[in-house]
Amino acid sequence: MNETPGEIETSDAVASGEALGSRRPLPWRVLERLGPFLALVLLWLGFGIAYWACNHGPDAMDPWAFFSYRNSCLILSQSAIVTVAACGMTLIIVSGGIDLSAGSAIALCSVVAALVQLHGGGPALAILAAVGCGMAAGLLSGGVIAGTRMMPFIVTLGMLGVARGIAKGLANNETVNYAEAPGSWFSVLMRPYPLDADPGMLHNLCAHPLQAVAPGVWVAVAAVAIMATVMGRTVFGRHVYAIGSNEAAARLCGIRVPLVKIMVYGFAGAFIGLAASLETAKLHQGDPTTAGGRELDIIAAVVIGGASLAGGTGTVVGAVVGAVIMGVLRNGSQQLGWPTYMQEIIIGAVIVVAVGIDRLRLRASAQAA
Amino acid sequence: MPPRLRMTGIAKRFGATAALAGVDLEVGEGEVVALIGENGAGKSTLMKVLCGAIAPDRGMMELDGRGYAPRTPLDARRRGVAIVHQELCLAPHLSVAENILLGAEPRRLGFVRRAARRAGALAALAQLGAVDIDPDRLAGSLPLAAQQLVEIARALAANPRLLVLDEPTSSLAADDARRLFAVVRRLRGAGVSIVYISHFLEECRVVADRFAVLRDGRSVGSGAMGNAGQSTLIRLMVGREVSELYPRTAHVLGEPLLALDGVSGRRLPRAATLSLRRGEVLGIFGLVGSGRSEMLRAVFGLDPIRGGSVSIGGREVTRASPRARLRSGMGLVSENRKEEGLALGRSIADNLTLTRLGRYARFGVVSGERQRVAARGWMDTLTVKARGPDQAVGELSGGNQQKVAIGRLLHHGAEILLLDEPTRGIDVGAKTHVYRLIDELATAGKAIIMVSSYLPELLGVCDTIAVMCRGRLAAARPAREWSEASLLAEAIGAQPVGAEHR
Repeated sequence: MNETPGEIETSDAVASGEALGSRRPLPWRVLERLGPFLALVLLWLGFGIAYWACNHGPDAMDPWAFFSYRNSCLILSQSAIVTVAACGMTLIIVSGGIDLSAGSAIALCSVVAALVQLHGGGPALAILAAVGCGMAAGLLSGGVIAGTRMMPFIVTLGMLGVARGIAKGLANNETVNYAEAPGSWFSVLMRPYPLDADPGMLHNLCAHPLQAVAPGVWVAVAAVAIMATVMGRTVFGRHVYAIGSNEAAARLCGIRVPLVKIMVYGFAGAFIGLAASLETAKLHQGDPTTAGGRELDIIAAVVIGGASLAGGTGTVVGAVVGAVIMGVLRNGSQQLGWPTYMQEIIIGAVIVVAVGIDRLRLRASAQAA
Repeated sequence: MPPRLRMTGIAKRFGATAALAGVDLEVGEGEVVALIGENGAGKSTLMKVLCGAIAPDRGMMELDGRGYAPRTPLDARRRGVAIVHQELCLAPHLSVAENILLGAEPRRLGFVRRAARRAGALAALAQLGAVDIDPDRLAGSLPLAAQQLVEIARALAANPRLLVLDEPTSSLAADDARRLFAVVRRLRGAGVSIVYISHFLEECRVVADRFAVLRDGRSVGSGAMGNAGQSTLIRLMVGREVSELYPRTAHVLGEPLLALDGVSGRRLPRAATLSLRRGEVLGIFGLVGSGRSEMLRAVFGLDPIRGGSVSIGGREVTRASPRARLRSGMGLVSENRKEEGLALGRSIADNLTLTRLGRYARFGVVSGERQRVAARGWMDTLTVKARGPDQAVGELSGGNQQKVAIGRLLHHGAEILLLDEPTRGIDVGAKTHVYRLIDELATAGKAIIMVSSYLPELLGVCDTIAVMCRGRLAAARPAREWSEASLLAEAIGAQPVGAEHR
């Protein structure tokens, strides 16, 4: 090798690059890791204090009601459905795709779950049917995306209409009302506080800690645990990250990209079906018009949680934080008695600000690296 | 005993161009073969055929005497063929260890065995002597040279029988390159066959046993490395008849229009200095990655300038936006005509007049008729072959598209034209048209910088030529003082051909 000045300069670059590998101070790194979670805590504190500020007159009942056990249960159960669906959406977004049909698919699966129960099937069979239906819709979208190399945006935009139409057709354009055994396990899935405020509540809480929150919240926790394991530990999950990060590289490394993509949409569809089961339990009926626009909440949760729509980054745990942020926002603005239009404006603004701050943070850390 | 790899009569066409037109290549067991050739000679296409990324139209491949026709990269990998690609091919969001064993993760019941993965990655890195790379870091956060090493480690982790290294040292420092050569020798000793692709002939002489030369998609020579002098290799690489016709009139050089003084970009170029005069056609030659396009982009203000200055007609414009530079009379035709040059779906008239639509507008409303009349005039001047000014640019041939792209700058009144690979992807007849156009423009007093990888056209069209090598621009010299061999030698960074026998 002849040593030209050019080579010496690259060698310097390597050395300085390695030196920069010695990282930034600890507090900063902790902040970086906690990013969205910190936002959630601040938001929660902010709403709680605002609630106190508006309700601490002499005749007020409980100025700290926002922080109460009951309200916390409410927030969690309100966030559960978006959380479950966001598990699936995280998988899709990390792979570099998007699913705009999630809201419609929830309606379709929820109609299916209600129809199964209307025709005498048990709740377990209904959930199975909803999950199967969501998976089928996902496999169809995934098959078209992988097979034709069309943009996921367009394919799932089509599926948004198709699923909503099928849901309305199956339900004859009305809600599907099935007979529900009062107090059956399915009917209480989404009851926000199973241990309704009773005098011995604290005692009850200790005796039945699992019943402290809605059973649906535990479903969401299980869904998160499953998806986090799949994405973090399995070969399939790591291949999904690889495809989202650099699809050409993944192909050259022998990853069967089309197959993985089909699996991504199918697997995500199963989680949409599970979310739809919770939706049915919450509404106690199958409603073909439910969850319109919900896909945007779900996508927002994933993106607020640190995922990039360009693919390759994002975690399920982040998406959970994003989903709860959305839940706190909705609950908080309701508690403060803001009109619906204000809620919509504020939630829209918060999404853009949250993602904007996150991108600034990432750019800062990228420049430091 | 059959050779490790035998390729015979490999051919591949992309549309109208033959990327490969009958290539033969043989690599024995434990042999290092240097595959050399100019930019666009077909080396990378050949290697894509070898690793299953594209299927050849014709030809036979054998691996250890058995038929070999990989349909996917996975097939190739299973047969023991590993490749290190020229462009970095890492997943930046995954860790180094994950990248090294991507697609071949140690697994149990679908779960990644993380400890085994880390150990495997460490072993591959150790084989390279790159023990300073942390396997848990994100690949995207590593410096470029380290990323290159990670990619080589990935190829090694597959325990290949045949390893292809495509420009492996292009982003390596001298030390890392030397370590790589040691690894190549060690692998050769272990019976691994290696195809080594490099622009740097010196490097090939250090590592290779034999060489094979490609030119214009054909095998034109091969032999033992020891017997081949540098001049022989260069002659094999460039030796073609000059079949095109280069129209040429004497240009009268006027006052200096553009001056670069030590212009440095973010990475490339490094302190480029040149001066361009009215009526001059200045050619810039360099290998892929030498920083030619980066320099044009920086000069036009598309990429940040970190040092030095650019002035147009004595007025400094270093910090000006591309829009302001366009106003001062400078225009750029990108090498990427389809993505950065033209709006393919729009009409010729729209494309030609895009930068100065205001001329055809009254109260902000553009008159299509006046636009068309003007476009027709330009189409006649430039001899654009089309149905009319309303035809979509995407339907034209490459040569006519290029005329429209240049025509837009002329319509805008540009005096300084920066042309990046103006004849890329257009057929020979149309190239002559473009050469004639450049010649006419220079005669009319425009100043032109033309970047090209095609030596005959540079020698045929330009008044002066400068060579770029690893980001540095050497001083321009009159075209008649250059030959193909001397240009190539300078671009490779080798000693002048004559000085080889010391």
